[in-house]
Amino acid sequence: MGLRSFFDRIEPQFLKGGRFEKYFPVYEMVESFLYTPKTVTTAAPHARSYVDMKRIMTYVVIATIPCILVGLWNIGYQVNTAFETLGPSGWRALVLDTFGIGFNASNPFANFLHGALYFLPIYITTLVVGGIWEVLFATIRRHEVNEGFLVTSMLYALIMPPDAPLWQVALGISFGVVIGKEVFGGTGKNFLNPALTGRAFLYFAYPANMSGDTIWTPVDGFSGATSLAIAAADGYQEIIARGTTWMDSFIGVVQGSIGETSALACFIGLVFLLITKIANWRLVVGCLAGMIGFSTLLNVIGSDTNPMFAMPWYWHLVVGGYAFGLVFMVTEPVSASHTNLGRYIYGALIGFMVVMIRVVNPAFPEGMMLAILFGNVFAPLIDYFVVQANIRRRARRDA
Amino acid sequence: MEGLISLAVKAIFVENLALSFFLGMCTFIAVSKKISTAIGLGISVMIVQAITVPANNLILNYLLAPGALAWAGFPDVDLTFLGLISYIGVIAALVQILEMVLDKYFPPLYNALGVFLPLITVNCAILGGSLFMVQRDYNFAESLTYGVSSGFGWALAITAMAGVREKLKYSDIPAGLQGLGITFITAGLMAMAFMSFSGVKL
Repeated sequence: MGLRSFFDRIEPQFLKGGRFEKYFPVYEMVESFLYTPKTVTTAAPHARSYVDMKRIMTYVVIATIPCILVGLWNIGYQVNTAFETLGPSGWRALVLDTFGIGFNASNPFANFLHGALYFLPIYITTLVVGGIWEVLFATIRRHEVNEGFLVTSMLYALIMPPDAPLWQVALGISFGVVIGKEVFGGTGKNFLNPALTGRAFLYFAYPANMSGDTIWTPVDGFSGATSLAIAAADGYQEIIARGTTWMDSFIGVVQGSIGETSALACFIGLVFLLITKIANWRLVVGCLAGMIGFSTLLNVIGSDTNPMFAMPWYWHLVVGGYAFGLVFMVTEPVSASHTNLGRYIYGALIGFMVVMIRVVNPAFPEGMMLAILFGNVFAPLIDYFVVQANIRRRARRDA
Repeated sequence: MEGLISLAVKAIFVENLALSFFLGMCTFIAVSKKISTAIGLGISVMIVQAITVPANNLILNYLLAPGALAWAGFPDVDLTFLGLISYIGVIAALVQILEMVLDKYFPPLYNALGVFLPLITVNCAILGGSLFMVQRDYNFAESLTYGVSSGFGWALAITAMAGVREKLKYSDIPAGLQGLGITFITAGLMAMAFMSFSGVKL
């Protein structure tokens, strides 16, 4: 209990009138990260529940673990496979050599460590830079540093390409945290998903580092297109022709951002989030229905010039960021619609938009990020119309 | 017909007047506090747009364009230099009529819109619509489609904006950014979301 009593001893310094009064948010952040918050609701009405903000956010971070594991392994696997033909290069190879781990693509442990050497710099940069902004705003604006930042930073790091320059990572998370969230007052008060805001900002500001064929497996001289880029150029059959089966895509042994490749890992996270009721199933159902419905419609319509029309829904499901976005971003409660009927509509809008962008818009091979941002913009409006319809229905009933 | 549909989709989403050309920003930002008012203004802009763009198209093709006056016996006259002033005149007259109609039949909306209704006259989205029509050589059917759909796109944008702003009532915006500041940031972020359509070829 040494630590607890240490906290109790220094706490008065941070309270009102103490010497470090200004830095209370920092103290509060460290304390509530390590211990259950002591404060409980004092005024009525009381709703008893163990689920507080801290627990919700922690659960989401836990749900990303399968994605992290598979993602790290996959990057290492892709890089080690490329090393077999191109030879090892870069400082990561040096580190792995020094510790005698080697670059054997069939050794899961070596793959995983190699992937971690890509993921950790990105993740640590995200945490440090985003954390500085978060603490800065919390200190000046006197609100608490929220656990939501852990989720934002984790999701943000997972949707980065493995080779993203660290200064861009820092710039993106700064934009996401400051413009996407803090100018609106912090967690729960924003209208766009902060992680996606940062990612989209980078995408439009530095397209050369955020899209293309050479960034997904960061080995000099290696070029590997994502499945969506291949499908956009030559149709989805070409993905299979190049040796990637549907199963590969489902498990996540493909080119892509760090954590988004594995649909399987995402769905494991989804099951966890649904069981713990962190994610609302209506959003998921809506988004699946929208995607399946519209892609099937496009299958039926068909097109002679655009091969993406023929891509069936079960391919849309596993390629690119659809699964990751569906599980961790569509279900984000703050930026989604808040009414039950609205949740179906909001989900369906995103599902429709993602297929629309992937198929109809030649400028972007991937559409999940922009589709979700688009949904975020219309979420309040959807709520408004659902509420208005309800008011009208009640007025008619009681008339 | 297919051409008209793709023109409409393009005018609503890809080339949204508010969120990709940033036209009509003054009203877009000033009258987007409440969804119901925003819808009213959006519909007014749409109506004005739907009438002025084709009307200006007729004026251009039968009065102003080089050789347009051939029917009156002046095949060599080129009056295009009168373009701007004629378009503004048509818009001003139309807004005046719309204002009287709203005042008579929808007084609450008339009061809610206040000074911004006459200001539609100088709304750059409206004049922009007419000028795009001239620049892109739309024929009558195209300019009718373009008028309706670009107005609808603007209405959609301002309604979404009002939705977001109603939601932002519950947020805790730093003192220096309250009001216009945060609205500009919001408009910028919305424009980023609308980027999902940029690049669509129809």
